[in-house]
Amino acid sequence: MAWVNAIIQGVLIGGLYALFACGLSLMFGVMKVVNLAHGDLAVVAGYVAIGVIAVIHIPVLLSFVIVVPLMALVGYALQRTILQGALDRSVLTTLLVTFGLSVVIENGLLQFFTANSRGIGAGLALESDSFSLGSQIQIGYLPVVIFAVAVVVLLGLQYFLSRSKYGRLIRAVADDKEAAQLAGADYRHVFGIAAGIAFGTVALAGIAYGMYSQLDPTAGTDTILLFAFAAVVIGGLGSLWGTLLGGVILGVAQEIGAQINISDEVLAGFIVFLVVLAVRPQGLISRGAQS
Amino acid sequence: MSLATETTARHAESFRVTRSRRNVAWTGAGALIIVVVLALFPYIVYSGTTAILVQAFIVLTLASMWNLLAGYAGLVSVGQQAFVGLGAYFVLILAIHGTSPFAALPVAAIGCGVAALPLWWLVSRLRTGYFAIATWVLAATVMLIIEKFSSIGGGTGMPLPGLSGLSPTLLTAYTYWAGLAVTVAALVVIYLLLRGRLGLVLTAVRDDEVAARSSGSRVGLARMLVFVVAGAGCGAAGGVLAISQLQVQPSAVFSVQWTAEMAFATIIGGLGTIEGPIIGTVVYIVLQQALASYNAWYLIILGLVAIFVALFARRGLWGLVDEHLHVRLFPVGYWLRTTGPEGRRRR
Repeated sequence: MAWVNAIIQGVLIGGLYALFACGLSLMFGVMKVVNLAHGDLAVVAGYVAIGVIAVIHIPVLLSFVIVVPLMALVGYALQRTILQGALDRSVLTTLLVTFGLSVVIENGLLQFFTANSRGIGAGLALESDSFSLGSQIQIGYLPVVIFAVAVVVLLGLQYFLSRSKYGRLIRAVADDKEAAQLAGADYRHVFGIAAGIAFGTVALAGIAYGMYSQLDPTAGTDTILLFAFAAVVIGGLGSLWGTLLGGVILGVAQEIGAQINISDEVLAGFIVFLVVLAVRPQGLISRGAQS
Repeated sequence: MSLATETTARHAESFRVTRSRRNVAWTGAGALIIVVVLALFPYIVYSGTTAILVQAFIVLTLASMWNLLAGYAGLVSVGQQAFVGLGAYFVLILAIHGTSPFAALPVAAIGCGVAALPLWWLVSRLRTGYFAIATWVLAATVMLIIEKFSSIGGGTGMPLPGLSGLSPTLLTAYTYWAGLAVTVAALVVIYLLLRGRLGLVLTAVRDDEVAARSSGSRVGLARMLVFVVAGAGCGAAGGVLAISQLQVQPSAVFSVQWTAEMAFATIIGGLGTIEGPIIGTVVYIVLQQALASYNAWYLIILGLVAIFVALFARRGLWGLVDEHLHVRLFPVGYWLRTTGPEGRRRR
């Protein structure tokens, strides 16, 4: 029964990992930017939420309404300035710049907020309540809600990119930015919008993580970036549903690892990642119709 | 004599291809003098100064290796701390079994070079940005695996044995010489590699990878060789780190901060030149010493400067020097010198 429990918990936490990953995937899919500061920005969003909640005393759920658009604006601004500047130079430059940002943000957070971890109290029954399945399986409401949010975000992104007019524009720019430019699309603006959407999901992921667990300055890379990346590679580059599958596999691997030995949780996830990288580097769902 | 051969012959008189504008022997002699003077430092300066210089040697070795990866082979690795940590642990394990930590350094370098092979097999499947994060995951995985062995200190690490027989003065001096030797060896290996066939292949790839591949360059092999050499170099630096700290702690030796430092020093000094990391290391040490009492601020400032340099002065500080003075301390390229009005041109 403990194993069934581990698998259920793993699937649910996989939703959070997919949420971590979709911003990373989107930025790479559209702009070919691998944002090494991805996780640190999620932590920044979490800290901003903590600050907003502390200063204006709003419920946690309302903090999303403020922080997500705020991070989307930051994303647009960052893309139009530093990231576009780096892209215009070379792919190498985007890596150097985002790695620099990652280190600067992480150490900046350490300076201002110390290494202490802090959680985002949901202040609701949601945080600690759970329901039982049978006698031994307890499922928290929060992981279920986070999983549902992840699925809704992925569905929404999928629908937006494949059906909406603006989504079509983003795909056109991602395919060939010069050709899209000739056809009248301002690709820099479109990149900015895509970055804004990606950063919105980053903010969502950061706050969700803060509610589920504890935020600290090193969580950005040690947890969020590396887990997001593992989910992307396991699932298959460029596939949104692959990302969800990758997140779920990573989550299940970690929970099973924790069942074997509590300190092996993270290692078990990375080993599954390395095995997938070794035997099926294109991921479980290879790049298909849904990119 | 046909027209073609005649023109070739005439042109052959009007230009000459050289490695350097000055006699290489002079630069070589200069380098030798600098190394000899540096080797005499333990006799003339305080141990506090040599301790700072040991740190500089570690950073310079790491930065030179990172420069070989990112500046010459286009491989942005943010997981080089895997090799720093492995090197430190090789020294620790050998010291536990009775080998002198100093004698263990070459073994650590070779061990890390060998360890780089399977790791390369895994990460070489991904390109550019995904390659970067994959190396990061690998480094995290290597640390988690090392932490599982309680005989080498588990998650908390342990002090380095085998050095208690040395007097403090002698230990400081030996550590300094070990650091100097590793750095000089690293620079010589990189210089010779880049002067040779590997340098040509990497230059060809940098200019046009498809053309390089189609004309028979073994690009994959060249990149693998670079990854192995960088692994060995970072491992040797990690070994020196273990000796200078007198203890090995997994979270310290496997910290991503090492990669941040090597990357920032390289970018600020100038990516893609052997001189760049040297200048960058000087900047790094000066900033770090000046801001020593302000925790991680030196790293934040270095990071901001590196971002600025990457965006606006892509050839770094050495690039600025080179632009105005046309100096190469380590000539790995070629000068095309014509006697015609066009003057000098470089390749």
